[in-house]
This record gives sequence, structure tokens and C-alpha cells, in this order.
Amino acid sequence: MIGLEHYLAVAAALFVIGIFGLFLNRKNVIILLMSIELMLLAVNINLVAFSSYAGDLVGQVFTLFILTVAAAEAAIGLAILVCFFRNRGTIAVEDVNVMKG
Amino acid sequence: MIQSDLNIILPEIVIAVYAMLALLGAVYTGKDKMAGMLVWLTAALFVAMAFWIGATGDGQNLAFGGMFVEDDFSRFAKIMVLLAGAAILLMSQEYMTRMGTLRFEYPILIALGTVGMMTMVSANDLMTLYMGLELQSLSLYILASMRRESVKSTEAGLKYFVLGALASGILLYGASLTYGYAGTTNFAGIIASAEGQAPVGLLLGMVMVMIGLAFKVSAVPFHMWTPDVYEGSPTPVTAYFATAPKVAAMALLARTLHDAFGGVVGDWQQILAVLSVLSMFLGSIAAIGQRDIKRMMAYSTIGHMGFALMGLASGGSFGVQAMLIYMAIYVAMDIGAFTFILTMHRDGQPVTEISSLNNYANSHPTRALAMLILMFSLAGVPPFLGFFGKLYVLRAAYDGGLAWLAVAGVIASVIGAYYYLRIVYLMYFGAEGETLDAPRSPVLWGILMASAAVMVIGVINLFGIEGMAQAAAATLVN
Repeated sequence: MIGLEHYLAVAAALFVIGIFGLFLNRKNVIILLMSIELMLLAVNINLVAFSSYAGDLVGQVFTLFILTVAAAEAAIGLAILVCFFRNRGTIAVEDVNVMKG
Repeated sequence: MIQSDLNIILPEIVIAVYAMLALLGAVYTGKDKMAGMLVWLTAALFVAMAFWIGATGDGQNLAFGGMFVEDDFSRFAKIMVLLAGAAILLMSQEYMTRMGTLRFEYPILIALGTVGMMTMVSANDLMTLYMGLELQSLSLYILASMRRESVKSTEAGLKYFVLGALASGILLYGASLTYGYAGTTNFAGIIASAEGQAPVGLLLGMVMVMIGLAFKVSAVPFHMWTPDVYEGSPTPVTAYFATAPKVAAMALLARTLHDAFGGVVGDWQQILAVLSVLSMFLGSIAAIGQRDIKRMMAYSTIGHMGFALMGLASGGSFGVQAMLIYMAIYVAMDIGAFTFILTMHRDGQPVTEISSLNNYANSHPTRALAMLILMFSLAGVPPFLGFFGKLYVLRAAYDGGLAWLAVAGVIASVIGAYYYLRIVYLMYFGAEGETLDAPRSPVLWGILMASAAVMVIGVINLFGIEGMAQAAAATLVN
């Protein structure tokens, strides 16, 4: 029997993989976008699991909102990335370094 | 039912519809030739909406089944956001026209971001919170990379996007945990479920929501994007980042902590106190070594957010009032300081090195005097308004039993005074060198002088915002 805790464990694992993907990845900015997407999807699994466990639809409505916003976010991220590539000719993470902060 | 709901969010609807019509209109007519007119139109709309909200708003109104709330607190924050947005638009117009970077999307993006901020400060549900925050953030990501042919601007946009999305992800994970353990996303429901002993999952959710919001107000240790984004973005956009979004995020933080997690004040108080003390000290110390005035202003923002968080950390109604007053004064000061930065030009090119201010007072005595007043006020030197903002938050911290935090605040503000006063020193006693161009814009001159005048005249009665802030805080904390 697969219970609530199994879903939560999968979501937590995906979320942590997403965060590690953001910080450990040194190669490609596209992978950063994928990691962000992974984090948002982990949240969606969490919400749907809680929603179905509690028999309350609000969590699933929230999921739909997150899916929509994630699509807009990805579009904007890619657009900024294209502009960046035009200026620098590279999308390697270690080349995002004109300003040191 | 739906009619009264729509009436409550009418200001947001008007601005959103205006933004979409303006976008369509500008695309089908003159495109960038319309930009100047759109800037003025948007600023006028913001001011009109601010007056409308101030004049007609009354009591507490809930819309859409309690997802959206309009009360004294949200009205106070909305008016601040709208007026700051209008001032920034007027500042940008002249600068961007001269640089040839004024695009018609600029006022429209600011309008959409403002709708997001207005939704944030009225959020009474985790879903509204998220939608408002994202509408604001997505507009700001694009604004940061507005100069798309500039390496610095696109890099700033990319960094802001990645770290902002990380913050949203953490905030959302916290929201999902909160939903799971409270069984509802409504703030009223969450506070009811957290009465007395809150489950660990709910506390974890609260901490993650706080981390997400701390990113947005750039509190240490979640500040790392701030200096780079401030330096890389076009200067008017930097001025916008430093004012309206900070007000909205700080108001959202106050509302979430008091309305949703008001049952566990002791738990979030200590987190806020740590964020506050770290921000104040990092903001003061790291700014000393900066050579770029925009980077310096970024650290200055971090330090000021530490002070505003101090008011919030004290936990009570007076703390929220002190935070609101502090934010209002801070926004007025920063608008003035950034107006001054916008006038810094040499041979028609904008310069941002602090060293270029050498001996500025000799060639432009009036402007140097205005900047002197603003810098003294930012540092918190007594006769000016900035001192009273600090006084309020220090008193709130002391009354809230956080005397150590108040002492740390005083020490941090003494350290911070060094870099503000260094600018004054350079302007008045700096070595002879190349002088900056004489700025000619009457709008920028007017805003700079008005901001400096506010710092002096405001000490009489703070323009009466004290009472309004008190009423706003009373609706939040009960």
C-alpha cells in the first residue's frame, strides 16, 4: 500500500535534487532551468498528495496555478537566456561572471 | 456577490486592463515613439489610483471567499507602492530618453509589476500570495534585463531570474507543507490550526515561506543577488528595485507572519532577529569597500532592510507601525538618492564611480547640499527624517524585549555612517579633478529637491503618517 509518506518522500527527494542541480551544476544554464522546473514539480506532487489525502480540492487548484506560472517563468527564463547568449556567445554557468558578487 | 468582490479589487483591475490596452495600443501605433507619453500616462494613473484608494477605502473588506483582503494595512502599503512607482517613472523618462533606451514596454512592465505588488499586500491566502509574488517577480526579471544589448544588464537579469526562481521554489515548498499540515491555504484557517502547539511540519513550512520572502527583501544570508542585479540593471530600474518591491515584500512578510502564523510569534521572532542583525552588519561593513555607487546603494538597501526587519522582529503592533514608518521614510530617501545618481554624467555618458564625485560641491552647490541632506538622513544623523525612522524601530525592539538587537542596531548604524559620510566628504573636500556635466533636467532637479526638503520638513510631524501607520498596524495585529 502506497501511503501519503511515500509521495512526500519522492517530492522531498526531487526538491533536493533540484536544489543540488542549481548549486553543483557548472556547465550549462539550461540545466539550471531544468532544476527549477524539477523543484516546482516536486511541490506539485506534494500538493496533490496532501489534497487527495485530506479530500480537499484546494491543493489541486493550487497545482494548476503553479503549472501555469511555471510555464510563464520558463518562457521568460529562456528569453533572458537568448539575450545573454547573443551578447556573450556562451551559456556556460562559469561565464556568467562579468560582475563579481 | 461577484459584484462586491470585483468592486474591492477595482484598482487592480483598472491598472491591469490599462496595461493590456496600452500594450495593444502601442504595438499597433507608434511603438517606441509612444513611450514618453505612456510613461506620463502610467504615472498619472498611479497617482490617481493612490488618491482613489486613500479617499474611498474604508474598513476591512474580504473578497473571493477570503482570498483577498482590503484593509488599512493593505491600503497604506498600496499607496506607498503606487506613489513610489509614479516617482520612479518620472525619474526614468528623462534619463532613458537621453540614453535612447526608453522602450514602450517599460511603463507597461512597471504597471504589471505594480498590480503584482498590490495583490501581494492584499494576499489573505497562500495562492493569492504566490500569484502576486510571481506577477511582480516576472515583471522585475524582464526589467532587469531591459537593455538587451548590454552584457551587464542581461547577466543581471539571468542572475536575478535563477535566484528569484529558487526563492519562489523554496517558498512554494513551504506553502505546500503549510497546506498539508493546516489543511487549508487560507490565512485565517492556518492561524486557527496553529493555536498553541503547532505541528513541526507547519513550522518547517513557515520557515521556508520566510526564506522565500527574505530573498525578496534581500535580507542576509539571502542577499547574494542584490549587488550584482543593482549594478547590472539600468539605473532607473535599480531605483525601482530599491523602493516599491521592497515595500511590497516587507508588507507581505508582515501580513503572512501576523495573519497566518500569529499563533507562533515566539518562533519567527528569533529568526527575524537573526536576519535583522546579519543584514544590518553586512550592509554596513560590505558597503565600505565599494567603488561603484550602485553597488554601494545595494548594500545600503540590505542594511536598511535589516532595520525594517528589526521593527517586525519585535512582534507587536508597535513593531509593525515602526516598520511601516521606516519603509515610508526609506523610500522617500532612496528616491532622492537615486535621482542624484541619475544626474551623474560625464561627456554625456553615465558614470557610477564614487570617486567621480570629487569636489562636486564646487561646481553644483545646491545639488551637493541636497545630496548631503539625503546622505545624512540615510546614515541616521539626528536632525533629519532618517533618524526618526531608526528611532521608531529601535524603540520597537527595546519595547519588545530585544534590547540586544537595539544595541546591535546602533552599532551597525554607526559603522554604516562611514560610507555615507565619505560621499559627503568627497563632494566637499575631495581632490580637484574632472568635473561632472551640469545636469539640465528640471524633473530630476525637482524630485531631488523635493526629496531633500521632505527630509528636513518631515521632522515636524512626519506628514501625519504616524497615525495612518498606527491604524494600519492595528488591523494586522490584534
